[in-house]
Amino acid sequence: MTRTHCPYCALQCGTRLEVSPQGLTVSPDEDFPVNAGRLCMKGWTAPRVLSAPDRLTSPLMRQRPGAQQRPVPWETALDRVGAELRRIVSAHGPDAVAVFGGGGLTNEKAYTLGKFARVALGTSQIDYNGRFCMSSAAAAGSAAFGLDRGLPFPVTDLASAEVVLLAGANVAETMPPLMQHLAGADLIVVDPRRSATAEGAALHLSPAPGTDLALALGLLHVAVVDGHVDHGYVAQRTTGFDEAWRRAAEWWPERTERVTGVPVADQYAAVRMLAAAKRRYVLTGRGAEQHSKGTDTVSSYINLALALGMPGREGSGYGCLTGQGNGQGGREHGQKADQLPGYRRITDPAAREHVAGVWGVDPADLPGAGPSGYELLDSLGRPGGPRALLVFGSNPVVSAPAAGEITARLASLDLLVVADFVPSETARMADVVLPVTQWAEEDGTMTNLEGRVLRRRRAIDPPPGVRTDLWVLRELAGRLGQPAHRFPDDPGEVFAELRRASQGGAADYSGIEPRNLDDQAEPVHWPFPAGGSSTPRLFLERFAHEDGRARFRAVAHRDAAELPDGAYPLHATTGRVLAQYQSGAQTRRVPESVEADGEAFVEVHPDTARRSGLTAGGLARVVSRRGATVARVRTVASLRTDTVFLPFHFPDAGRANLITNPALDPVSRMPEFKVCSVRLEPLGSGAATGSGAL
Amino acid sequence: MSRIVIVGNGPAGHRLAELLRTRAPRAAVTVLGAEAEPAYNRVLLPSVISGKLSPEQTYLTGHDSGTVTVRRGAAVTGIDREQRTVRTADGLLHPYDELVLATGARCFLPPLPGLTGAGGGPADGVVALRTLADCRRLEDLLTRAGSVVVLGGGVLGLEVARALSDRGHGVDVVHMGPHVMERQLDAPAGKTLAGVLERLGIRIHTGRAAASWTGGRLVLDDGSGLPADLVVVSAGVQPNTELARAAGLSVGRGVVVDDHMRTSDPRIHALGDCAEHAGLVPGLIAPAWEQAETLAEALTGGHRPYTATRTVTRLKARGVDLAVIGDGNHALPGAEVVTLADPARGQYARLALQDERVVGAILLGFPSSVAAVSQLYDAGAPTPVDRLALLAGRAVAGRADAPGDLPDEAVVCRCNNVTKRALVAGWRGGARTPGALARATRASTGCGGCAGAVDGICTWLNATREAADEAGDALCADAVPAGEAHAASPAGAGEAFVPAAAPRQEEQPLHELLAR
Repeated sequence: MTRTHCPYCALQCGTRLEVSPQGLTVSPDEDFPVNAGRLCMKGWTAPRVLSAPDRLTSPLMRQRPGAQQRPVPWETALDRVGAELRRIVSAHGPDAVAVFGGGGLTNEKAYTLGKFARVALGTSQIDYNGRFCMSSAAAAGSAAFGLDRGLPFPVTDLASAEVVLLAGANVAETMPPLMQHLAGADLIVVDPRRSATAEGAALHLSPAPGTDLALALGLLHVAVVDGHVDHGYVAQRTTGFDEAWRRAAEWWPERTERVTGVPVADQYAAVRMLAAAKRRYVLTGRGAEQHSKGTDTVSSYINLALALGMPGREGSGYGCLTGQGNGQGGREHGQKADQLPGYRRITDPAAREHVAGVWGVDPADLPGAGPSGYELLDSLGRPGGPRALLVFGSNPVVSAPAAGEITARLASLDLLVVADFVPSETARMADVVLPVTQWAEEDGTMTNLEGRVLRRRRAIDPPPGVRTDLWVLRELAGRLGQPAHRFPDDPGEVFAELRRASQGGAADYSGIEPRNLDDQAEPVHWPFPAGGSSTPRLFLERFAHEDGRARFRAVAHRDAAELPDGAYPLHATTGRVLAQYQSGAQTRRVPESVEADGEAFVEVHPDTARRSGLTAGGLARVVSRRGATVARVRTVASLRTDTVFLPFHFPDAGRANLITNPALDPVSRMPEFKVCSVRLEPLGSGAATGSGAL
Repeated sequence: MSRIVIVGNGPAGHRLAELLRTRAPRAAVTVLGAEAEPAYNRVLLPSVISGKLSPEQTYLTGHDSGTVTVRRGAAVTGIDREQRTVRTADGLLHPYDELVLATGARCFLPPLPGLTGAGGGPADGVVALRTLADCRRLEDLLTRAGSVVVLGGGVLGLEVARALSDRGHGVDVVHMGPHVMERQLDAPAGKTLAGVLERLGIRIHTGRAAASWTGGRLVLDDGSGLPADLVVVSAGVQPNTELARAAGLSVGRGVVVDDHMRTSDPRIHALGDCAEHAGLVPGLIAPAWEQAETLAEALTGGHRPYTATRTVTRLKARGVDLAVIGDGNHALPGAEVVTLADPARGQYARLALQDERVVGAILLGFPSSVAAVSQLYDAGAPTPVDRLALLAGRAVAGRADAPGDLPDEAVVCRCNNVTKRALVAGWRGGARTPGALARATRASTGCGGCAGAVDGICTWLNATREAADEAGDALCADAVPAGEAHAASPAGAGEAFVPAAAPRQEEQPLHELLAR
């Protein structure tokens, strides 16, 4: 029996793996407190991906553009990649090669990928799909508290909460085992849809898509007018309340109601529920964050929590529900465009000095900050943009906004290299595909949504022909002239180096000994400095800003980047279903998931469907200015009549991201996945305006 | 560098200056405000009166920096259109390339004996509420006032009356019209509203005008009187148009402007409560801010005509939920009108539709439907077919099934996609407790939300077997049909988790089992 963790979301549920003649079986770990014996369908069926019928077990290569991908020996594939990278770098400079990582990679992989980009390639062009995940919450959390850790408290603390406000988080579907910790709380759910989570809530606030920021400002307004501000806390532990209030003062309840569609009475009810509880939390998810104003929206929820005196007190607080399995660790160790390991800024001379010292290179040789995820993808193959891209643990053909255009960008590259374990939609476009190990076949560490560092353990051997990502990076680094010792492929060795690199940084792992991660050990939450101890709860004494105080941010509401008009009269919002995970590359290969939800669909209010000439069960084209996607119509009476919903897990013509708007948040550079304007057409009518037509 | 002078530091002038600060970084913007106070948000004054906000908490974001200069206590006394300057009371001249009049409006004070003091302003003991200074004066007067009368039962008068009654003052409202808010409400709505207010301690006297105020007593036009230590006048406002008139600009009720907020002089613009657009002076903050957007565009070379904003009037009064959306009294031929009335409970709704679109609505006592109706109105979007559900404000939930009636295909455990059929199969396979069913099917091992339902189905299956045993059946094959053709749940059932059907009387409804 091997104790490890589920390969999917940021809960990182504990699992026990047994190898039997029938294959690997998984059962939930009763002793791991985050899931305490619970597991959702995705976790139960995760072994299916290990033996997916189309599992990649040999490198694939395309001899020339347009040719078929064919199996080749590893040497051939790696030599080709090495040679082409050398050619492109020498002809066009290091920034002509870009790297795109993922929030599902282990800490060791994320760390090594960042180091590979900066040292072996010398490129500044690296970012990852976490940019599409919690970057807005990270920016807002850092601004408010001086430190970004998804949950600054153990997830089990939620179990004693009386009231929890979930802003744009459908945890009943995206993180089912978390629900046991929320079972005792009255939930206030903010979601345009009556989601599974909203269904069970004590209060459901349903703002029009793109108006969450106005709602949060309105809630702060009510908190002030209704006399719920914790003045002592605000005076002693925060700064900036007055400026934040001046913005919220513009959002009196009736105006908030008109803009958001949330009744005045419900605004009061929500604030009173939070104010009356002793133990209460505000948690945000992608619904609040994936907007061109996501950072400000999260800041306004943090402002509300600060006004009520919640953060930094045991039994209450603010947190972000990180999405991807290693979304937390993935953003700490250097695959983000502007960061070095330990959550250090790449523009900080001291940080460069420290990390360059660990890497044995000259700090002056480290590149500076590069473009953010979407900007990087959008620049591929353009004049002055990268001509080669290495993708690890991501599937941007499905997950990037305006996916039609991004697909065209990928197609315009001189060289696309994808390391993956299944032929994802992005891998299918690649010139070279490198088959790598997955969860149960590898060792490493992950950091879950509560900043808890966990050990991923190898239970079985990978199929012959499959290598680890670390091995691939070492081999490529060697072909780029790097000494072998600089890129170890042993995860234990990499973790030891990562600890040194993170020492003194915000996300300090330097004190974490491998034995701390043993089964019986106490939980390990960073920061865990050398000679120090785990930090399960942050901010109890002081916040991480120099003055120890949390900062209110004065934020103003603004409209979504695109508003409905005559040609595109409806809001479209995108999200997730329980049975599928992210771009679906893994779960679409699991029969149980396919049976539950196996094809693209669009939820539409029955009246809206009728007016658009759609019938339940029929196909619709959902058309935006970026393109069109095809989806099966589901009529949902609880939906707003002005809004349709599409999950984004599905491929090809059913990609929801064919229609999404790449308007970016000015701070976090998060694209606006959660709202764009569309029209509906029964399939077969109207002219195709995008790449989604069947 | 273009010089833009804004006369008036109220919400309209303030918003324009704020927009220009970011959109016209090369313009020099000067705001001349007559009041010594920083710009504040007039909408919040009822909250100041009711004591929920301090006067300072109504201040708007300061922007007296960089390209924007704010001069407070600088009353403008004249405009020289030839020289393109404005003169302030201190004698200074302010040259402009573009001039904006945001002079607002002032309260109308009825010329009645006793109400006006020396100099034409309100007498001691009389307040006409418009400014923060008026609020402070009211606060001061309230400390020695026993009885308060509000003159005028329009929106602002009723808001003030409610703010005062919220603080424990008995309040009389004297209103000339046939019912309160007659500009916005039809008679049934007005009467129902009066009833709601009476229950909150506000006495309404309609069809009556004040005649005089003397010796703590307000005499009405029928000779009757009301004790009134304090009189709050809310009898409408007058746009401040004197500057414009003196400068020779075209003035009707307000300063006349076109769709780009331009007056009859192309270098002079007006917006907010002083401006008349298409014959109307809206007098609300939403149109004023909308006009500020239009003017900011016009002054920075853009083109975004102002189209009279759709109005939604909301009475900001604690315990009263009233919204008037568009033309509440709308009665054009061909309009579909839906009404609901329960005057005893203070509820009245009137919804007027044309081509399925809301053209007007009065919603009193329907707190959860205002949001949806006003958003449909603002968007010009068609309303849902079920008008009553729209007015009720909440989608009516389908009724839940008892375990026996649940179709086999119904998904009981969403986390693991376990249907009732799978649970029955598990039970037939020997899993006779909820724990055993969980192990056999994975149901309830995810979020745990269906644990009650799994429990209920298990109990039902066990009870059915006992009943079958008592009846002498070997196995409950009849009672627990497996694989029988049930109608598949309709599309969209993923959301409607429990398909609707009438529950059997004797069985516990599943929604109770599902309840946490």
